[in-house]
Amino acid sequence: METHSYLPVPPGVGMEENFLSLDDILLSHERLPSRTECTFPRLGFLEKSSDSRDIQEGTKMEMPLFLAKGLYERKRRVVSVELPKVYKEGWRTVFNADPTVVDLHKMGPYYYGLGSQLLHFDSPENPEIAQAVLQTFIGRFRRTMDSSQNAYNEDTSALGIWFHLELKATGQKRND
Amino acid sequence: MFCEKAIEIIRELHRMGDGQLPAFNEDGIRQVLEEMKALYEQNQSDVNEAKSEGKSELIPTIKFRHCCLLRNQRCIAAYLYDRLLRIRTLRWEYGSVLPTNIRFHMCAEEVRCLKDHGEFEIDDGTIILLKKNSQHFLPRWKCEQLIRQGVLEHIMS
Repeated sequence: METHSYLPVPPGVGMEENFLSLDDILLSHERLPSRTECTFPRLGFLEKSSDSRDIQEGTKMEMPLFLAKGLYERKRRVVSVELPKVYKEGWRTVFNADPTVVDLHKMGPYYYGLGSQLLHFDSPENPEIAQAVLQTFIGRFRRTMDSSQNAYNEDTSALGIWFHLELKATGQKRND
Repeated sequence: MFCEKAIEIIRELHRMGDGQLPAFNEDGIRQVLEEMKALYEQNQSDVNEAKSEGKSELIPTIKFRHCCLLRNQRCIAAYLYDRLLRIRTLRWEYGSVLPTNIRFHMCAEEVRCLKDHGEFEIDDGTIILLKKNSQHFLPRWKCEQLIRQGVLEHIMS
């Protein structure tokens, strides 16, 4: 390994983001199905589907995570966020049955990161979501370790890449 | 939606995971700054209206714009910082004289010399003669101090 190689700012750990991390910025651009819980005057032009001058209360829209986080208030109705399918009960049961069988990349590039960020929105299902994300990681990690230790050939480069991606996605990888 | 240009420049950089330095997206940065200016001015106006006419219903909108302003600011800071990391890596690799193709990708500034400042040595060893009214093409970070001192003046083309 070369010294002084390019080491970008890593993503934050758990529910935190690193301000300067490109990965966290991309993660927080992901859109979430949301609903406005109050009117946003004069911003109607952002909403292609309506001709209104304002964004009306009760409008369903896909809101980027950074905006939903920034606007969300626990004690006041400003915006509400719906859980994406993959974090809902149905999918959680699938992950619980066998965490290794799901093609995580098909579910979107930020399963772990987004799962952690969703905890900011005080859903009553938060404990279940956190549990599902954690157990999925553990299950997949275990499976990958098992297959790596039983590999016939010595080519584990693809494995290394998998680790890198999955660990990055959880924010657990640090550039030490 | 706001902040689309900001995420575009981040994606551009993120695409190059190996530490290569893409060309400085001067136009992209300019557009993000323009959007920030527009958001800021709209918020200033709405804040005044909310205060003087008691229109508290404008507050969610003001917060919305403020979020986007902070987002744009974050993207620019991260963009510049990430480029800094890449440039630092290149400096370690190549020493103080960077190949021209890399220098070409850095943000350069055209400056005019306002007074006779004599010879000026940049840390890569190049000596520039700063005579009054001469024009030079220098990287921004080298000019900044001289611009502050009033020796150089940025030429806006």
